[in-house]
Amino acid sequence: MKSKLLAVGGTVAIAAAALTGCSAGETSATECTNKIVNADATQVSVWAWYPAFEEVVDLFNESHDDVQICWTNAGQGNDEYTKFSTALEAGSGAPDVIMLESEVLSSFSIRDGLVDLTEFGANDVAGDYTEGAWKDVSSGDAVYAIPVDGGPMGMLYRQDILDEYGIRAPTTWDEFAAAAQALKDAGAPGVLADFPTNGRAYNQALFAQAGSVPFEYDNANPTEIGIDVNDEGSKKVNAYWNDLVEKGLVATDDAFTADYNTKLVDGSYAIYVAAAWGPGYLGGLSDADSDAVWRAAPVPQWDPANPVQINWGGSTFAVTSQAKDKEAAAVVAKEVFGTEEAWKIGIEKAALFPLWKPILESDYFRDLEYPFFGGQQINKDVFLDAAAGYTGFTFSPFQNYAYDQLTEQLYAMVQGEKDSDAALDDLQASLEKYAGEQGFTLK
Amino acid sequence: MTTQTTAGPPPVATRRTSAPRSPGSRLERRRQRWGWLFVSPFLAVFALFLVFPLFYAFGMSLFTSTLATGTKFTGIENYVKAFSDPLFLEGLLRVAAFAIVMIPAQLIVALAAALVLDSLTSWLSKLSRLLIFVPYAIPVVIGALMWSFLYSPKFGPSATIFTAVGLPTPDFLASDTVFGSLVNIVTWQWSGYYMVVIYAALRSIDPSIYEAARIDGANGWQTATRIKLPMISSSMVMVITFALIGTLQFFTEPVVLRNIAQGAIDAAYTPNMYAYSLAFSYSQFNYASAIAFSLGALVFAGSYLFLFLTRKQSGLK
Repeated sequence: MKSKLLAVGGTVAIAAAALTGCSAGETSATECTNKIVNADATQVSVWAWYPAFEEVVDLFNESHDDVQICWTNAGQGNDEYTKFSTALEAGSGAPDVIMLESEVLSSFSIRDGLVDLTEFGANDVAGDYTEGAWKDVSSGDAVYAIPVDGGPMGMLYRQDILDEYGIRAPTTWDEFAAAAQALKDAGAPGVLADFPTNGRAYNQALFAQAGSVPFEYDNANPTEIGIDVNDEGSKKVNAYWNDLVEKGLVATDDAFTADYNTKLVDGSYAIYVAAAWGPGYLGGLSDADSDAVWRAAPVPQWDPANPVQINWGGSTFAVTSQAKDKEAAAVVAKEVFGTEEAWKIGIEKAALFPLWKPILESDYFRDLEYPFFGGQQINKDVFLDAAAGYTGFTFSPFQNYAYDQLTEQLYAMVQGEKDSDAALDDLQASLEKYAGEQGFTLK
Repeated sequence: MTTQTTAGPPPVATRRTSAPRSPGSRLERRRQRWGWLFVSPFLAVFALFLVFPLFYAFGMSLFTSTLATGTKFTGIENYVKAFSDPLFLEGLLRVAAFAIVMIPAQLIVALAAALVLDSLTSWLSKLSRLLIFVPYAIPVVIGALMWSFLYSPKFGPSATIFTAVGLPTPDFLASDTVFGSLVNIVTWQWSGYYMVVIYAALRSIDPSIYEAARIDGANGWQTATRIKLPMISSSMVMVITFALIGTLQFFTEPVVLRNIAQGAIDAAYTPNMYAYSLAFSYSQFNYASAIAFSLGALVFAGSYLFLFLTRKQSGLK
């Protein structure tokens, strides 16, 4: 009897031990995706999803004796943000340094998830970044992240399709509408462009180009917020696109789905109003039509005499409040993409658009020829001006919710349930209600 | 005809007298100890991963945490807010509509298939049973992903099929058709499972009853509706209860389909999706817990009501 008890007890103990072995502990050296060069140095855990990032990490680890990066890819975009949000709520599990798009910085800084980097020498590197980029990572006097790449916007178009129907690449939005009509009249199988209702930051950027400043928020006064999403500029842009949708001149497919990717490359859309990471995205899609001739041009303007540059996306590195050694983490955030070599990898292998001035303003970047565009120097022609002219943007601390609401309203609009002005008015009302529920005072 | 075929509870051991005593003999206690030892691993996991989080989540639902002002204790305010939240109520109506449409659809398919297969005896019956059951063996997410490709205007066969017949291709992911598309996916996946359960129940009926029915002059249809159905009613009640609980908690298929139909399926399409979005997209964990518990309470009430209404058929009296 006693031996039977021992046997069963032993089995239970082994099973319990095996189960605890499955639990996820803190990041140990064996859990990094990259190799640690210097085992005695302070290890800083990093979450990032850049393509070809392992090479950049290796570069950093080999050149730094006192700090080593331990990198894992914790998911792209919202997948990573969900994990970070849960880790913040739980009080542990967040990395030391995290890659965040600038639009979600205030959502995490309001939950005390990010460290103000001004006390760790952020202002020393402020001069290395464009004004717009630095504004995106700052809130008042505080700096919550170091900019990495940006998404200045331009217009990528299929030269072969436009030539086939005798249409010139538009430079203003009026010309864009005329070109859309001409394409349809000529009986083309595709449309000029897509207007995705789930474009989120893309739609917001289009509104911003007409002067929309939807949110006024400063982390120094975290309980106050200004919301103005139904201003004249936004209404003008929204009415313009709704008009194109109603006439059947643009598609309304959801962006970033498999269907959308196929249509981007098979000529169903002649124009792709894109960010600087658009070329990388296009090039990465399989079944790219080898006969397609893509070119880049500046984004269409409302007033050609006063061009307004806009930005879509772009990421940063922030130091989280759960970092064990904040000083070392700040060093990583500042220096991982702070060398020319790192940026050569980022530009050539990851198709990133640098916001780091030494490489942004270099001859190498300006004269870079992109074979995808038939050797066109798209930075010189389009994206450098777009980046230089970008003046920054303020996002709300509940940007995810705001984008979901925007998608809902735009969808109702293109389904014909409401007109373009009503869509924006309803958006304003719902955002004001939500802000009130969350305890904000509306400015 | 009211032949009872279900067996009653086994006769109680004669050693016990009227009231059960606490185990007195050493043998009893030792047996109890072994029992507890065998159950303890499961109990540990159950307590750690189910009971404790439940209590923790309930505790969380009693607090409110706003983005601007932090966390404070608010008692049942979250629940009041949940039951007056138009998004939650809309979601509830929607899953109720799903239940009203989907459960009969699944049951009719499952019942018809089970009745037909019960009457067949050839190898065709075995093959058909397997084929109808196979969709259930596919993981839910993968099934939904497959269907999302089938529904896609570019990748799916719908464009080819409809143009071949000469009809305009319907958009399966528009806001008015996505309901039907989801019903289709769930019916395809779950009818097989219910069919197997109903078939097993049918198989347990004593065949001599069918002979008696034939002698009395009942044809196939009358046998099916007047004899088979009432005799498997307890299994039917069980099947409907599971279907009800599952449908009220509808989550996986809309979430997977949402990736390609972000306009038609919004973040609060069903109450479970609403709780998920609140927690993981908007970081409102406390209110999300309240929504989840409210939904749980409603599912419990709904199932209890249904079992009460069908207590005669289910044999639970």
